[in-house]
Amino acid sequence: MKNIFRSFNNDRDVASLVGKLLRAGVVTSSIIAFIGGIIYLIRHGAGVPHYTEFIGAPENLRHMPGILKGVFSLSGQAIIQLGVVVLLATPILRIFFSAIAFALEKDYLYVGITLIVLGIIVFGMVGGLGG
Amino acid sequence: MSILFFTLILLAGAFAAGLLGSLTGLGGGVVLIPLLTLIFNVDIRYAIGSALVASIATSSGSAAAYIKEGITNIRIGMFLEIATTTGAIIGALIAVYTATHIVAIIFGIVLLFSAFMSLRKKNEVPETEEKSYLARKLKLNGSYPAGGRTVEYKVNNVLGGYSLMTVAGVLSGLLGIGSGALKVLAMDTIMRVPFKVSTTTSNFMIGVTAAASAVVYLQRGYIDPGIAMPVVIGVLAGSFTGSKILVGASTKKLRLLFSIVIGFLAIEMIYNGLMGKL
Repeated sequence: MKNIFRSFNNDRDVASLVGKLLRAGVVTSSIIAFIGGIIYLIRHGAGVPHYTEFIGAPENLRHMPGILKGVFSLSGQAIIQLGVVVLLATPILRIFFSAIAFALEKDYLYVGITLIVLGIIVFGMVGGLGG
Repeated sequence: MSILFFTLILLAGAFAAGLLGSLTGLGGGVVLIPLLTLIFNVDIRYAIGSALVASIATSSGSAAAYIKEGITNIRIGMFLEIATTTGAIIGALIAVYTATHIVAIIFGIVLLFSAFMSLRKKNEVPETEEKSYLARKLKLNGSYPAGGRTVEYKVNNVLGGYSLMTVAGVLSGLLGIGSGALKVLAMDTIMRVPFKVSTTTSNFMIGVTAAASAVVYLQRGYIDPGIAMPVVIGVLAGSFTGSKILVGASTKKLRLLFSIVIGFLAIEMIYNGLMGKL
């Protein structure tokens, strides 16, 4: 990995990598959601939607372990949710790459700022705010 | 109505929302929430969850193109993301204690404001005088390429911009939208960042801001796969089509027309909120 990062010698290389990363994340997540959607519709397409009252997504689709478990048993809904997780991960990964880019430029002020942003999002994930 | 039929018309609706959001520059989520709640009768909490996901999709999709052109100011974006992500998490927390009809009314007001903002005259003259000590310390002043030459600009009133960005973050977390209009207002009017830079930087920030509250909403069950799937695919296809139409088309009248449509949606949301129907 070190060699890959060392080969970036300016801002633009990193920017173009970030651009590719964003696009790849969006494309990957929509493909996953589409596959999950087909399975979901084949199995449940004839059912009746019930979104007028809020019940919330199934309990097992609200966290990573449950989603992965569902994906392995080929649940359409879990596969869609995996697509959503990939989409959520895209901007978060982008921040991570920005931190590396700033470190390569030796701009430690911005490495710090970037890590604060990352820390706030991680707090949202694991801070028990979902309840 | 079966799930299959629901999915197909939602797909078409999300396509229209993405198209409209892209043509007005307001983003996909903004049109999606009135569509889901007013037309599909979906509970506003599901609507917020899927609109957040749609905002991330459109933001990431278009940010990829803008970063390449070198207009986005990544330092301004990153610094202000401290404000927007903090705000987004606060917003997601407040949402638990806010009645849904209040959320609908606030949403309507923000939507009305956004439609108005999209018609406003833009700040295209770059500030050349250095006024802010913080802007220099934080290396926020920058430049962008325009017609073969480089335009330099200085940033003003960093603290004022930071405060308004926190508000934008709270609204984004509470309502599930990118609140691009408020972000542009903070950068454009308060910090005096040129319009081209402020819109692309705002777009760059929307994905991160939305992700901060989306991770909370995912755990709360606001993001339901049955709605998220047609919404993400539809909005992405719609905004992609919108960005193709935008090239070369005369957008002034289009924007005016769509802003009126969005204004009506906003009033409808406020009315339904006041009547306690949402």
